[in-house]
Amino acid sequence: MFSLCHNSILSDKFSSFVKMNEQILYKLKVLAESAKYDVSCSSSGTTRKSRPGATGSAAGWGICHSFTEDGRCVSLLKIMLANYCMYDCAYCINRRSNDVRRTAFTVQELVELTLEFYRRNYIEGLFLSSGVMNNPDYTMERMIRVVKDLRTVHRYNGYIHMKSIPGASPELVSEAGKYADRLSVNIEIPKEQNLKLLAPEKNHQSIYRPMFYIQQGISANTEERKRFRHAPRFAPAGQSTQMIIGATDESDKDILRLSSALYQRPSMKRVYYSGYIPVNTNDSRLPALKQAPLARENRLYQADWLMRFYGFRVNEIVDDTFPYLDLEIDPKLTWALRHPEAFPVDLNKADYEMILRVPGIGVKSARLIVVSRRHGRITSSMLKKIGVAMKRAKYFITCNELTPCNGGEVQPEYIRKVLTEKKSAKKEPGGRQLTILFPD
Amino acid sequence: MIVFRYDKTFDGLLTAVFEAYSRKAFPEKLLSETEPLPLFAGQEHRVSTDTGKSGRVWKALNKKVPKEVCSMLMHVWLSELEGSDELLFRYIRKTFDAPCSIAGDFTDDDITEVAKIAKKVSRERLRLIQFVRFQKAADDIFFAPVSPVYNALPLTLPHFTDRFASQKWLIYDIKRRYGYYYDLKTAAEVTLDDDRRLLSGRLNEELMAQDEKLFQDLWKSYFRALTIKERINPRLQRQHMPRRFWKFLPEKN
Repeated sequence: MFSLCHNSILSDKFSSFVKMNEQILYKLKVLAESAKYDVSCSSSGTTRKSRPGATGSAAGWGICHSFTEDGRCVSLLKIMLANYCMYDCAYCINRRSNDVRRTAFTVQELVELTLEFYRRNYIEGLFLSSGVMNNPDYTMERMIRVVKDLRTVHRYNGYIHMKSIPGASPELVSEAGKYADRLSVNIEIPKEQNLKLLAPEKNHQSIYRPMFYIQQGISANTEERKRFRHAPRFAPAGQSTQMIIGATDESDKDILRLSSALYQRPSMKRVYYSGYIPVNTNDSRLPALKQAPLARENRLYQADWLMRFYGFRVNEIVDDTFPYLDLEIDPKLTWALRHPEAFPVDLNKADYEMILRVPGIGVKSARLIVVSRRHGRITSSMLKKIGVAMKRAKYFITCNELTPCNGGEVQPEYIRKVLTEKKSAKKEPGGRQLTILFPD
Repeated sequence: MIVFRYDKTFDGLLTAVFEAYSRKAFPEKLLSETEPLPLFAGQEHRVSTDTGKSGRVWKALNKKVPKEVCSMLMHVWLSELEGSDELLFRYIRKTFDAPCSIAGDFTDDDITEVAKIAKKVSRERLRLIQFVRFQKAADDIFFAPVSPVYNALPLTLPHFTDRFASQKWLIYDIKRRYGYYYDLKTAAEVTLDDDRRLLSGRLNEELMAQDEKLFQDLWKSYFRALTIKERINPRLQRQHMPRRFWKFLPEKN
C-alpha cells in the first residue's frame, strides 16, 4: 500500500516534469522564431578571463558555435523574453495585429536554459531581446532581471548582448550596461518619414535617445576607469544597430551615409544590414518582393568593411551621381575602375594605404607585403603565396618583373567586362567544349 | 648525404638541431629510428633525445624570435604532416644563422610554408573550439569526442580550461586515442584503456545525465527554429561548418 502510494507520487512528479519540459520546448521554439530576424549575432568586443567560482569567459574575438541552414553564424542564444508587443510595426513579425503564437519565458527558465547551453559549449552567451509589453520601462526591467540574475546569482561570466528598448528611461539603460557586454538599439528604417509610415508609434527620437544614453554611459565609464582602474565596466563591447534593406525606398547612399555618421561615434561598433524578408505579406505599405535582396545586402556589408578597415570615406563609395552600389562588381573594384589615374600601384614602393586600395589585396595581404619588402623585392609568385587574388589584382599593380596587363594602362570597360564575363561563362553548360560539325 | 635518426618527438627534433650545430654537420634528411636508409646515404647519426639540449635550443629560439613565432613552430609540429620536421629544422637553422628574426620574410619558401601550415593548424584549433559539444554524463563529467585532422587538441587547452573552469570535463581525440581530463584544477592527458564504447562519439543513454537528452532536444529545436527559410544556403553552411564535424553535433544528427 505504502509503496504504491510512493510510486504514484513519483509518477506524478515525473509527469509534471515532462509537462514542464514540453512547455519550455514550446516557448523556446516560438521565441526563437520571433527573434531570428535580428541579424546581429556577434560575440566580440570583450575579453574576460574566468574567475574562481564563476562560470565561463569571454573570448574577445567572438566564436561561432554553429551555422544554420541559411549559413548564418549561431554564436549567442538569440531569444526573446516575450513576443507580446504593443507596437504595430509593418516590417515586424511580432507586431500587435499579427496572429502569431504569443508566449513569455520566466526569468528562471531563461537563466537555466542559458547556463545549460553554455556549459555544453553550444553558445558563447545570451542575446536577449523582447517585444514591448505594457510600456518600454516595464519590459526593460524584466529583461534586466534576467541578466542581473545571471551575473550576480549564478556568477555567469560569459557574453551578454541585450537590446535596449526604444523609449526606455536612462536609469534602466545604465542599469543594463552594468551587466551586459553589448547594448543595441535597432534603427530599422534609415529615413524618419519612412519609419513613421511603417511604424506610426515610433520616431527617430525614441531610437536615438537610448543610443545616446549608452554612448554617455560608455564615455563616463572610460573616464572613471582612467581614475579607478578596477571600476566596473559599462557595456565594454559598445553598441550596435541594424537597418532593414529593401523594405523602403532608401538608396544605398542614404544607408551608408547614416552608417558612416554612426561610426563616427566611438561606441558604435557594428551596423548590421538585414535584407528585408516579407514576413507580413498582406500589408500594402511594403513592397512585394519575390526574394530577399541578398546581393544588395552583401554589397552593403562590403562597403561597410571598406569604411571600417580600408580607410574609405563614404563619398568615395557612393555619391549623388552613383547613389546605388554596383551589384555586378564589388565596391572596391568599382572605386578602382572609376579612378584609373590612381593605378597601377608599384607594390615595392607604394604606401600601405594605397596598397590597401588595390582590388584583390586585403588587409592581411597588404600588411604582409609591407613587412616582406623589408627583406627583399616583391615578385608575382610571392604575391600568389601571400594570398593576393591575382585575378583581380593583376590589372592594377606593378612589381619587379610584373607589369600590369595592357601595358600599364587601366581600361575600366575592358576590365569590367573580363571580370564579370567569366562568372556567366562558367554557368553555361559545355561552354568550353569544342563542337565539331560533321557535314551530312 | 648526412642523415640523422631521432625518435620523432619535438624534444628529439630540437636535440637534433643542437647536435647538428655541435658537430657542424647538417642533415639533409631526418629519419625515424626504424625507417630504411635512402640511397646514397653517406653519414648516419643517431640522435638520443636529451631534454637539457632541447631546452637550450628552445630557450635560444625564444630569445631570438618573438613568442608568436615559437608558437607557430609548435603548430607546425602538431600538424603531423610528412616532412614537417625537416621543414622545421631548416626554419630553425635559418633563424639561428640570420642576424635578426626572419619571420617576416615571405620571399623565402620555407618561411611561407611554415606560416601556411601553422595557419591550417590554428584554423583546426579554432574549429575545435567552435564545434566541441559536451554531453553531460551521469557522474557530472562533461564529455566531448573530437577527431581533428591535425593534432590541435593540446592547443585548445588554454581556452577550455579557462572557459569551463567550473565543471569537470573530458575531451577525447578518438582518432589519436588520447584526451584531456580537467578535474577543476588542471587538465591532464589521459588515455582510456577501454575507449571502444566512446568511439561512436555518443554517450549511451544509461551513461548520460538525466537531463542531457532534454537539453540536446532543446538545442536541436532551437537550431531548427532559427533558420530563415527564405535564405537557405547549404553550401555556405558547409563552408563554415565542414561535414566532418557533423557527427559530433547534436543539431545535425
